[in-house]
Amino acid sequence: MDAVLGFAHPEQLAVSDGRLILDRLTRRFDGTRAAVDAVSLRIAAGELVALVGASGSGKTTTLRMVAGYEHPDDGRVILDGRDITALPPQRRDFGMVFQHYALFPHLTVGENVAFGLEARGIPKRDRRARAAGALASVGLAGAAPRRVQSLSGGEQQRVALARALIIEPPVLLLDEPLSNLDPTLRRSTREDLRATLRRLGVTALFVTHDQEDAFAVADRVALLKGGKLLQVGTSEQLYDQPATRDVAEFIGRATLVPGELTGGRVTVRIGDVARALSAVPAPGTADGRVMAVLRPDGLALADAATPNVWPGVVTDRRFAGALLAYRVRVSDDIEFELHSAERGVRDGDRVFVAVTRQPVAVVS
Amino acid sequence: MQQVRGRDVGAVANHQPPTTSSYTWLLALPVLLLLVWSVVYPNASVIAGSFGEGLRYWREFVSSPTDREALRTTIVIAVGSVIAATAVGVPLAFLLTRFEFRGRRVLSVVATLPAALPPLVGVVAFLFLYGESGVVTRGVQSLFRMDHAPWTLNGAGAIIFVHAYTMYVYVFLFVSAGLERLDQSLDEAAAGLGASRARRLRRVTLPLLTPALAGSMLLVFMSALGSFSAPYIFGGGLRVLSTQIIASKLNGAMGLAYVETTVLAVGAVAALLLLRWFERRRTYAVSSKGTIARAPLHSPFARTLAPVLGVALVVVLILPHAMVVLVSFARDGTWTTQVLPPDYTLDNFRRLATDSDLWVPIRNSVSMTAIATVLDVVVCFVAAYLIVLRRFRGKWLLGLLVALPWAIPGTAIAIGLASTFDRNSLAGAQLLLVGTFWILPLAYFVRGVPLVSSATEGSLRQMDPSLEDAARGLGASWWLTIRRVVLPAARPGLVAGAMLAAITAVGEFVASIVLFTHANRPISVEILSQLRDFAFGTAAAYSVLLIVLVLAITLLARWAEGRWSRTETVVIQ
Repeated sequence: MDAVLGFAHPEQLAVSDGRLILDRLTRRFDGTRAAVDAVSLRIAAGELVALVGASGSGKTTTLRMVAGYEHPDDGRVILDGRDITALPPQRRDFGMVFQHYALFPHLTVGENVAFGLEARGIPKRDRRARAAGALASVGLAGAAPRRVQSLSGGEQQRVALARALIIEPPVLLLDEPLSNLDPTLRRSTREDLRATLRRLGVTALFVTHDQEDAFAVADRVALLKGGKLLQVGTSEQLYDQPATRDVAEFIGRATLVPGELTGGRVTVRIGDVARALSAVPAPGTADGRVMAVLRPDGLALADAATPNVWPGVVTDRRFAGALLAYRVRVSDDIEFELHSAERGVRDGDRVFVAVTRQPVAVVS
Repeated sequence: MQQVRGRDVGAVANHQPPTTSSYTWLLALPVLLLLVWSVVYPNASVIAGSFGEGLRYWREFVSSPTDREALRTTIVIAVGSVIAATAVGVPLAFLLTRFEFRGRRVLSVVATLPAALPPLVGVVAFLFLYGESGVVTRGVQSLFRMDHAPWTLNGAGAIIFVHAYTMYVYVFLFVSAGLERLDQSLDEAAAGLGASRARRLRRVTLPLLTPALAGSMLLVFMSALGSFSAPYIFGGGLRVLSTQIIASKLNGAMGLAYVETTVLAVGAVAALLLLRWFERRRTYAVSSKGTIARAPLHSPFARTLAPVLGVALVVVLILPHAMVVLVSFARDGTWTTQVLPPDYTLDNFRRLATDSDLWVPIRNSVSMTAIATVLDVVVCFVAAYLIVLRRFRGKWLLGLLVALPWAIPGTAIAIGLASTFDRNSLAGAQLLLVGTFWILPLAYFVRGVPLVSSATEGSLRQMDPSLEDAARGLGASWWLTIRRVVLPAARPGLVAGAMLAAITAVGEFVASIVLFTHANRPISVEILSQLRDFAFGTAAAYSVLLIVLVLAITLLARWAEGRWSRTETVVIQ
């Protein structure tokens, strides 16, 4: 597992390896099951990392421990080689963007953005100038005298971002920064967010329950479930090489079918048709009974003449823009989901399904 | 323009107040000590005093026919007041929130007017109106050429009558708020499923209103239990616990007074605990956006009746205020058997301003109110901050301490202070305050604590807790966070609470009558002594002055709120 997480020996973390290091962070509420269970993560300078998980997975608690709002029961937070676990939040210098932005309702936009400078005793004139600059950098030049309540959701998010960035945080923390926006705004905002963070070279750790947000913004994604870190990697790695069955099921859509792993190939038998596919087994997967992860974009509708195809019946057909999403029942307990440009197929039609992309991921 | 969506349940559940830190205790300890000293200690010494000779005083209480009668009458009046206030408040709340008719707005403003009347002034106004020589009584008498007054304003009925007038406002406000918060779509859903209007009222509206209704009824019960002014002024020979306590004290039977005080306070505190239990259960359906729709009255009968009834109601509600104003211009000693005072003058007000003896009570009331309110604001801000935003052992105790004086009747608070702060004793943590100026500001402070702290807690609970986190995350020190984030968030509640506390203090009568000295006599006590001298004009002028002071405090609070709360001015671009 450590290999998956990029940690061969967590005890020997090389300081130079990361700007921010989470070292086996653990938090138990009321002495029960750990809400966050030995989470270790390393974030390099300039890197954007997303913590992804369903609600209750411990992602927000992890972020709050990094920010200093929660005290870990075990583990350390290391910033630039310095153990900051015991520091209170006001001495960590992390800017944080909150889920509901936490803009001070009684202060103007400019005063909100300048608050961190005020806390550092910077004179008013300088504060004002720097706040104006920070606002301009998020595309809100001239918004300083406005009331927070007069801003749209997207603008509020950018003010929160400017407020956090103005203190030049070594690592920017963002808690569900996109979850309060409606879907259209969300798409454009997350592109802006990535562009802004990239342009400023910010190191950032952000929490989201939405994998699309994570894919769109982050360089690397860390997947949490039940307080445990399942896998860390690029979006492609998580999609194509899931480390566990949980990862395969959480990231993207997939049909998991039983198979037999032998010498780098997985044999999948459905009905009378057995197919041997080249496999990328998850680390630690032994030969024997496994699950093959078949993605909708790695399957296709085929005709009967194609060798090694599985016959099935279309049970559902859904328009999804450029492609159609079909569900095809190929056995009593296996139903494939696949994407196809083919539009002529209807519910109840008999079709054949082929695997078009190899190798396929294999999990135990 | 887009609003930030409300925090979802998960976010709230996720937020854990930070754990105890050293300055939490640094703040909590003095506040806890002050409240224990000024609230718990006096009441505890009353209870201890009631057992001063074992069970003797309690046996005396149980075997005394007058005390048994007082207890019975107190309960009868409290229950009667609840029934009367509910009978007036509930229909009025339904009428004003559910229906549209001419004059609705005026009526809904006037409907809360009785609450603005200091208790003693209300009683005095009723005396001028419906007393044996009151305007309405005399008017009816001369209209029908009767030999005697058609009624006498005394006994339980009279007290309940006054209570209904002053206390229905609680029921009205609670039920109106409940109705406004009620999700209209629930009613619409029930209608869509085929439920008749009567069934919807019985199965949907009333069950959802139960917490508000029960809460306000308990509040009336509590207030009526401890009510002192009405029984004291026109109880006639009627005995209730609150007046009985004063009688026992005057007779030197302190032990018996302690027992009576304990019985009264325990009853009221029990009602408070019940009320808090109801409030915890209060889970209103969150109202959908937009204003509630008021149905126009359709039947011609209702359309003619509603405005007529409305006007009558407005007159009845304004009459006490109008009467006090009228009498304040009556020349002292001239109003004897006439329906209306025969002779009018500005002298009463002139003398208040020029006669130094008459000016003293005004100066006293204003300065004691100011002192008590400032102290309330400081202590309650710290208490509310600790209760809402900190986590520490003993938090429940602080919450209970700030709520307690709400339930304890004024008479009981006064008796407690009188029996505790009557000597200087380092060992007993006692200060000699009885007979000094400071005993009344202390009493007013204690009575104001629950008002300021609950309003401030309310404001702080509305604050997004991540604001405090955000400030700290941006490097703000504890003090800067308090000053720039917490205090502005608490301000609306602090201002509203301070306003309520100041209004209560400036007209305070119940504790004052027990604790005052000649030097610090407040306006209310002076009104009483003017009444006893049959100087009705002067008494009424003081009453008008009290109403004006209440108004001034209200306007001051509004001005302060408008000046500070820049959040309300939303610029739409």
